[in-house]
Amino acid sequence: MSFELQASLQARNFEMSLSLTDHETVAILGPNGAGKSTLLAVIAGLLRPDSGSARIAGRQLFNLDAGTRHWDAPHLRGTALLAQEALLFPHLSVVDNVAFGPRSAGAPKAAARETAQRWLAEVDALQLADRKPAQLSGGQAQRVAVARALAAEPELLLLDEPMAALDIHAAPLLRRVLKRVLKDRKAIIVTHDVLDAYMLADRVVVVENGRIVEEGPTRQVLERPRSHFAAGLAGLNLVGGTLGQEGITTPDGRVFAGQHDPDWSPVPGQAGVAAFPPSSVSVFLGDVHGSPRNSYAVTITDLEPHGDQIRVRASAGTDGTLSADITPAASADLGLAPGMEVRFVVKSALVSVYPA
Amino acid sequence: MKTTTGYHGVPRWIYAVAAAGGLLVVLPLAAMLLRVNWPQFIPLITSESSLAALGLSLRTSAASTVLCIVLGVPLALVLARGEFPGQKLLRSFVLLPLVLPPVVGGIALLYTFGRQGLLGKSLEAAGIQIAFSTTAVVLAQTFVALPFLVVSLEGALRSAGNRYEAVAATLGAKPTTVLRRVTLPLVLPGLASGAVLSFARSLGEFGATLTFAGSLEGVTRTLPLEIYLQRETDADAAVALSLVLVAVAVAVVGLSYGGRRRTPAAVQS
Repeated sequence: MSFELQASLQARNFEMSLSLTDHETVAILGPNGAGKSTLLAVIAGLLRPDSGSARIAGRQLFNLDAGTRHWDAPHLRGTALLAQEALLFPHLSVVDNVAFGPRSAGAPKAAARETAQRWLAEVDALQLADRKPAQLSGGQAQRVAVARALAAEPELLLLDEPMAALDIHAAPLLRRVLKRVLKDRKAIIVTHDVLDAYMLADRVVVVENGRIVEEGPTRQVLERPRSHFAAGLAGLNLVGGTLGQEGITTPDGRVFAGQHDPDWSPVPGQAGVAAFPPSSVSVFLGDVHGSPRNSYAVTITDLEPHGDQIRVRASAGTDGTLSADITPAASADLGLAPGMEVRFVVKSALVSVYPA
Repeated sequence: MKTTTGYHGVPRWIYAVAAAGGLLVVLPLAAMLLRVNWPQFIPLITSESSLAALGLSLRTSAASTVLCIVLGVPLALVLARGEFPGQKLLRSFVLLPLVLPPVVGGIALLYTFGRQGLLGKSLEAAGIQIAFSTTAVVLAQTFVALPFLVVSLEGALRSAGNRYEAVAATLGAKPTTVLRRVTLPLVLPGLASGAVLSFARSLGEFGATLTFAGSLEGVTRTLPLEIYLQRETDADAAVALSLVLVAVAVAVVGLSYGGRRRTPAAVQS
């Protein structure tokens, strides 16, 4: 009953393989243009890759390998797509929108409406049944769109940033609804929001430049990120290098000392990363007295408010960007401004080191 | 989209030129109105030959509008949604009657369906004669009116986009179901305005009809042909019948404009 996909599309620099076990919800995270929507379009049958194959529960969706040209049209796939915008059919009432899937599957009108009512109740939208889509708020419309997708009884539900177009008041309700209906259901949800990944997904897949760069259980990826994108989502600084006894050594020779995972013995020479929260970084002017461990010269690029702290972003040469969180008072005392050269000192007790 | 500033940026002299343009259209209509023989108006437009021409015009225009819908909807769909070699060429040819002198269209039709024409010979052998019949009137009108429906509907299809259709397909709807339940309802205002325009064009058709169908009273002499004929002998009758056509045209433009204004709203919601 599982889902498997392997596909490549040269024109979009896209090459991914992905599988889902039964009842599993996977979140696809990644920057804009990383290929997240391409992935969903390929699965739904709206975009044809150059090569690859996919199957759900042993049923072939497409197979373009080894000379075969098997390609199921979207309506044969059982992969309902929920987009950023609800895209409710404007000429149909809410209940007829939801009944669209069952009707297309051949259900009689009355039975389809009954099914629609059931799914509207499931998303707390039964009272909207007789309205036209133009009379709904964004959040209501998106809940109805969820009901419409589920009423089609898809084998695999595809969600393309379903919360992105909603205002902050409507998103929590839809998120609760999704959490309830996605339980025990195969679904792929493309999102920008780490909260969606936490709440809705069993596993996250991070994509960049059309490739999968990292995947694993949601908690593990966010606590032990290996890609800069995941580290950014988890709010961590990430530095890559070679593992040593003390920590990692970056390509330009800096040493980030830190704590190894206790249930893992490092192999020196292996590629690794050091991750640490911005709160573990202190900012100093000029030379640092005392232990020079984990002290790095950086150039400040930006200062911005972050909760009740000031987030100092700085460029650390080839290691990319590092962030430090300091109090507004400390920032004023030091007279920090973009362009200044300062030293970042990282408490090694708060640096996690693990293989990349 | 309305601006909220109240600034328009249109130089005043533009209004003067625009007024001249407006007058060019309105003044001749007004001049014609002044020439109408009002006491005789009703008798003039209800004379036997007038009623025959009016009835024939309405019947043939209705028939050609139906034919335009039947042939034009698939054409517009293929042009707006399809992808195939020669698509641009096909669009150019479909739109050709818009710019072609109707009399040329009539000659082309004659060499297709006439007795010695491309298809006419075979049709003649099968006992079917098209040229100089009411069928010829309908064909001539369809030939000139079809582009109006195709252009209007293709525009509506393009602005509606195919995202609703993609969603419908992922919900399990077969292509024919998507067409019937999603695509056509979404572009209904565009289809309606296209049909109205086609009807109006059919009603006013003269050159192709005269060339391909001739001018037989009650069979192929439509209202514009009748007006042209009457002008020689009875100017009052010609003016009165012209007024009838103007009234129909005004109604049609009003209908079509109203329909077009509703299109974007229906698509956005």
